[in-house]
This record gives sequence, C-alpha cells and structure tokens, in this order.
Amino acid sequence: MAVVFDRPHALCDCNLHYCPGCTHGIIHRLVAEVIDELGVEGKTVGVAPVGCSVFAYNYFNCDMIEAPHGRAPAVATGVKRACPDDVVFTYQGDGDLAAIGTAETVHAATRGENIVVIFVNNTTYGMTGGQMAPTTLPNQVTQTTPYGRDVNTAGFPIRVCEMLCTLDGVALAQRVAVDTVPHIREAKKAIKKAFQNQIDGKGFSIVEILSTCPTNWGLSPVEALDWLRENMMPYYPLGVYKDSEKGVK
Amino acid sequence: MSERVLMKGNEALAAAAINAGCHHFFGYPITPQTEVAAYMSKMMPKVGGVYLQAESEVAAINMVLGAAAAGKRAMTSSSSPGISLKSEGVSYIAGSDLPCVIINVQRGGPGLGGIQPSQADYWQATKALGHGDYQLLVFAPSTVQEMVDMVTLAFDKADEYRMPAMILADGMLGQMMEPVTLPEPVKELPKKEWAACGHENKRPHNIVNSLYIEPDELERLVDERYERYAHIQETEQRAECIMTEDADIVVVAFGATARIAMSAVRAARQEGIKAGVIRPITLWPFPNDILKETAKTAKAFLTVEMSKGQMVDDVKLAVECAKPVHFFGRTGGVIPQPNEVLEQIRKIAGGIK
Amino acid sequence: MADLNMVFAGFGGQGILFLGKVCAYAGLMDGKEVSWLPSYGPEMRGGTCNCSVCLSDEPIASPLVVNPNVLIAMNGPSFDKFIDTVVPGGTVIVDSSLVKSKTDRDDINVFYIPATEQADKNGLKGLANIILLGKLFKETGLVSEDALELGVKKSVPAKKQHLVESNMNAIKLGGSL
Repeated sequence: MAVVFDRPHALCDCNLHYCPGCTHGIIHRLVAEVIDELGVEGKTVGVAPVGCSVFAYNYFNCDMIEAPHGRAPAVATGVKRACPDDVVFTYQGDGDLAAIGTAETVHAATRGENIVVIFVNNTTYGMTGGQMAPTTLPNQVTQTTPYGRDVNTAGFPIRVCEMLCTLDGVALAQRVAVDTVPHIREAKKAIKKAFQNQIDGKGFSIVEILSTCPTNWGLSPVEALDWLRENMMPYYPLGVYKDSEKGVK
Repeated sequence: MSERVLMKGNEALAAAAINAGCHHFFGYPITPQTEVAAYMSKMMPKVGGVYLQAESEVAAINMVLGAAAAGKRAMTSSSSPGISLKSEGVSYIAGSDLPCVIINVQRGGPGLGGIQPSQADYWQATKALGHGDYQLLVFAPSTVQEMVDMVTLAFDKADEYRMPAMILADGMLGQMMEPVTLPEPVKELPKKEWAACGHENKRPHNIVNSLYIEPDELERLVDERYERYAHIQETEQRAECIMTEDADIVVVAFGATARIAMSAVRAARQEGIKAGVIRPITLWPFPNDILKETAKTAKAFLTVEMSKGQMVDDVKLAVECAKPVHFFGRTGGVIPQPNEVLEQIRKIAGGIK
Repeated sequence: MADLNMVFAGFGGQGILFLGKVCAYAGLMDGKEVSWLPSYGPEMRGGTCNCSVCLSDEPIASPLVVNPNVLIAMNGPSFDKFIDTVVPGGTVIVDSSLVKSKTDRDDINVFYIPATEQADKNGLKGLANIILLGKLFKETGLVSEDALELGVKKSVPAKKQHLVESNMNAIKLGGSL
C-alpha cells in the first residue's frame, strides 16, 4: 500500500508530551518537514529552551542541545560560530525568548547571527502552570494576574517582531499562526524561508508563531483557536515585519 | 620552545589558550581581566579563530556552552562580579558534562567591591559556583609562566574529565609582567564523539543536556560524576612544597599570596625560625594528602590569604586538626605584606617555644 | 649583584610604566629573573601611577615592592609617598623639575635631576623618564650596557623602532647629569 502521509524523518518516532490540543506538535512537524525538504538533518543542530518545549531535544532527530532558560540564542551563537556550515535553530517560548532571554534575543538579532529562531507565542508560561508572560494580553487572566493583566502595574505586552524588525542584523521577522490549514501552510513557508536564509548566509531569521495553550487558558482546543483569532491576532497582527529582500514593513 | 618574552599575565594567559587549541573565546570587559579579551580580539582573527564580545557575562558563558557542546575548546574570562553572573551557565555546563575553561582574575568583593587583587572567590570556585552537586577543576597559578602552563593543563584535564576547569588568578597576576616561554601550538586535539555538531546521517543524534526529570536517573548521573570526582581527588592533587622537610611552621598560601608568604619565610629562616611554604596548585581537588603528610612533622600551620579566611577550613580538614591552623589575611584589595606575614610567623614561633 | 627592588612613580602619562618595562626587559636580557607590577585602575588615566620592578638572580618571591632599594620619583606626591619607604643605602632619583621638596634623610643616596627641563632643552620631549633611567644606570649599573639597549629595543613597539635612538640619547644624557 502506498504511503501518502508519514512522519518526517527529522522528527523522532516517539510520543510527544504536549497537552491535547496544544499546537507545539504542529510546529514541531513543520520544522521537521522543512529540515527534511532541505536535506539538512545531518548538519542541523537544534537548541531547546526551558519551558513546555524543553523536551524538544528528544523529539528532533538532528543533534540537540538544551540551553539554560532564555539563553538559547547565545548557545546557538556558540554552535554557529564553532561550526559555521551547520544549520542552527532555536525553539523558544515567549517567557524564554521575550522575558528572561530578551538580551540574548535582541543581541543575536542585532549581530545578524546567522541562525533561525522559532518563537512560539502562546501568551503564557505553560510549563509552570499558566503564569503571566511578557506576551500576556491586557486584562488576560493568568495564575499571576488573577484579576487580569493590569497594564498600569504589570506593563504592556511585547510585540517581538515589531521590536526586532528595526535591527539591521535581522534578515526575516515574520509572524504566522497555526490555527487554520491556510495559516499552517503559510507558517511552513515562513519557516522554510528562515532556514533557507541561513543556508544562504543572510543572517538572523525569526518566525513568531501564534500558538494556543488550551490547558492553561481553560478552554477546549477548538475554543482556544477561536480565542487566539479573536484576542491575539488583533494585538499581534500576522505578516512579514522585515524581509531583507523587501525591507521593513 | 620559543624565547622568553616579557608578558602581562592576562595576555600570556590568552596567548597560551590559543596555543592550547582554544579558537573560541567569548568575553565581556571587566577590570582587571580586560587584557585577556583585548588580546583575543587582536589574535583570534590571525589564527582563524572566533573572538566575540557578548552582550553580558551570562551570554558569554552560554556561547561557551554552545561552542563546547559543538566539540570545540572554548573559553571565557572575567573578574569576580562577572563570574557570579556566569555561575548559572557554569552549572549547566557541569550538568551537561562539557569541558571548557573559565578564567577568574579576582578582585575585591562583595558587590561591585573594588578592582584591586583579591582571593575572596575561593569559596565560590571550590564550593559553590552555581547550583547543584558538582565541582570545577580549580587551578591557582602564582607566576605568569604558571598562568601559561596551567591554561594548557586546564584544557587537557577539562577534556579528559569532561568538566569545566577554572584558572583562579587575581588582579596582581593578571596585571604583572614576567618572562614567559609560550608552548608550541598543539597539533591534535582529542576527538569528541558526544559533540552536537551535526550527525551527518552517520550516527544517532547526540543530545547535550542537563535536564533529567526522573530523580533516579538524575541521582545515577550525579553519582557517576562523583565517581569521576573521587578519581580526580586521588590522582590530580597538586601542590608545591618549599623548605617544608624540617619546617616547624608551614605557611599555606596559593596564587600571588604564596609569593608574599615565600618572602616572609625566607626572612624567617634568616632569623632562625624553621618555616616553609605549601602552595596548593590545585584548589579543587585540594592537596589534602601532602598537607596531611606534612602535619606529621610540622608543629603549626599558618594560612595566608587575600580574603577573610576561605581556605583555612580546608587546611584544617586536610590536617584533620592534628596541629593548630592559624590564619592571616587582608581583604578588599589590600595585598598582605611580607613583614606582616613574618610577624605572624614570629608570633607562632614564640608560642611553639 | 644584590637584588634590585625598585619603585617608579609619577603621574599617568609620564612613561612610568614604560620606564619599568625597559628595566624589566633589560634585566631579562641580562639573564635575570624579573617582575613588573603596575598600579592599575583609574589612576592610570591622569592620576598618580607607579610600578614595582624586581631584578634578581633568584626567582622573584613577592613582586610587590614595599621597601625599595631604588626609587625614581617624577612628581611631588610620589616623592612624599615613597621617600620614607626606601631602605637605608638605597638610591633615589628625583625629577627636580617637578619635585620641589627635598628629603633630610642622610642614609640614602638621593640625586636631584632636572630631567623634564633637560628633555625639553635637548629635543627629547617626553623622555624625562628615560633621562632618569640613564642616571640610575650610571649610579647603580643595574644591568650591562648591551642589555640596557636591548631592553629599550624590546620595549619600544615594533612600529616605533625609530624612537630607539632618541631613547638611547636620553640614557646618555641622564648619565652625564
């Protein structure tokens, strides 16, 4: 019987630990498909974050390194400088990338570090049980904003792509989502472009992926996708914020 | 062997690291170690190596983690406050069984402290540079030549035992110039089958990681590491003994302080006091054996440090409190003077008689 | 020769550290053990500045010179700070163009040399430090003449070797004062 749909080779044959309805699984698959299609698994090194996707090092079939919280871009810098011909990517959540690791992210970007950053934004610290993240929306209820995020005391969410697109070292800053099939296709195109940028030596590419956290949001998977569309997309508009071929949006 | 040249400790250290095959340096400026970074920035491009000024000490040590995970000899250097910032990364490096070399050109603390020489990071280096059950190899040079020799040794031992190694220097050693002979550049480096640098479809994927969510598994890994540590404690203790054979009073001092102790001991000998020096060269593993042996003949020990007394407990443990262990130290960047140490030796000698 | 434990002191920018480096290199060229220890930090940039230089036939124990047997002082504050630390019988060379006070100690050999004035007068601007070194060399014979010249050559950066000649002239001038 002909196989029409298979697990990408760059994804290990194992059960992922993610909650039902979590979109990390889709994003893992997209990254793995891109690695397969570009034929670079043998020279790819991934850097896993701290957070829900910490076990990414067990899920990707390429060589993997687990970084301290927020430091993935610095670790990836070390790998890329050591092995310039390797393809190096980080896989990070919003707390990891935009709170504790902001300095590492911004400076890897401004150096034009020739790496790929996969940034999964689900507005929450998932692993620790749903606390406020730097991307938590105004008035959003989390474990540590039980009355909703009050911007007067907790400040405003960070729009990472908008912030990074001003930096000369950035080759690609694009925000995508994985809530619908067309968006998933778009997300894969962006990820592929980011990897291709690295192979072509273009510099720092970040793909921000709007993602859901049904467990911590207290919603069903379908409701979570609706919530993403209704609440996240207006605050975090999808699109290409910088493409070195086309300039800043 | 090249000719003897006059070099600053910090520069000699950097030059020696390059010759030891370290072509990946990640730094951040801080007095009194900045010459290491400056030298690296000048020389690395000439040898096809990488010098990168990181955005912080935190980032620098994680870049070291990345380069070390990819199988390269990597190094970072800093001074006391910066080392505190690196402690997170050092713990992860130890937990990932990665070799690397960290330089601490110590200055006075706590906090921003001062910029003059100090040895007040002894506890940090030997007991608790970061969280968790782990040790660093800690080397304490006392001359510029030894800075050179120990960098090579540190890289070799770090690779051999797959653990981070530290050169614990101080502002005096970093800033002073002495004649040095640099080693020839190493030609061959050890192979690292565990490195995460791309499997080229020839082997299963390598994972460099410090997370073990199952307590039993984590305990087993830490136990394995401690078996390695036990072997290191048996085989890697290093110390220099000077005039200790007949010494009644043995001064224990490391690094630059050992040289001051040496001046005091020479003066004491001229006064007819039988004094000697034990200079720990490895601070971890601490040279327990030689101290224990010396305790059989010595009548008293005097620990001299540029701190409020951080090594003195290790000396007491090593001699199993068989003989009195006295302490003299200056801190905050004040360098103890030979006559101050001599005064202590005289006092102890008076007590012995 | 007995060990030389030297302190050179003055303002930042007078070439104190360079003076020390020449001595240390000259000692090395003479086959001696040497050490050079600078003061460091903010004082490098305009304040007072000093360095300890040791020359010995034995490995140097403490590189920090507390009681020097040689002192070169190039400003008033340094002269005041160090003059009483010199061991009896020690040699002190003072730039009397800049140091106006004198010591009443009679157990040390003090030479007051108007080095800065002489440098300006003889087209050796900025080489008062080396003029004082010339005087020190004449009074103590700290190293051989060949070693001293080699010390200068080694201390002057490769790209500035044309300055070796003026440095040697300054040494000669210092010896004649």
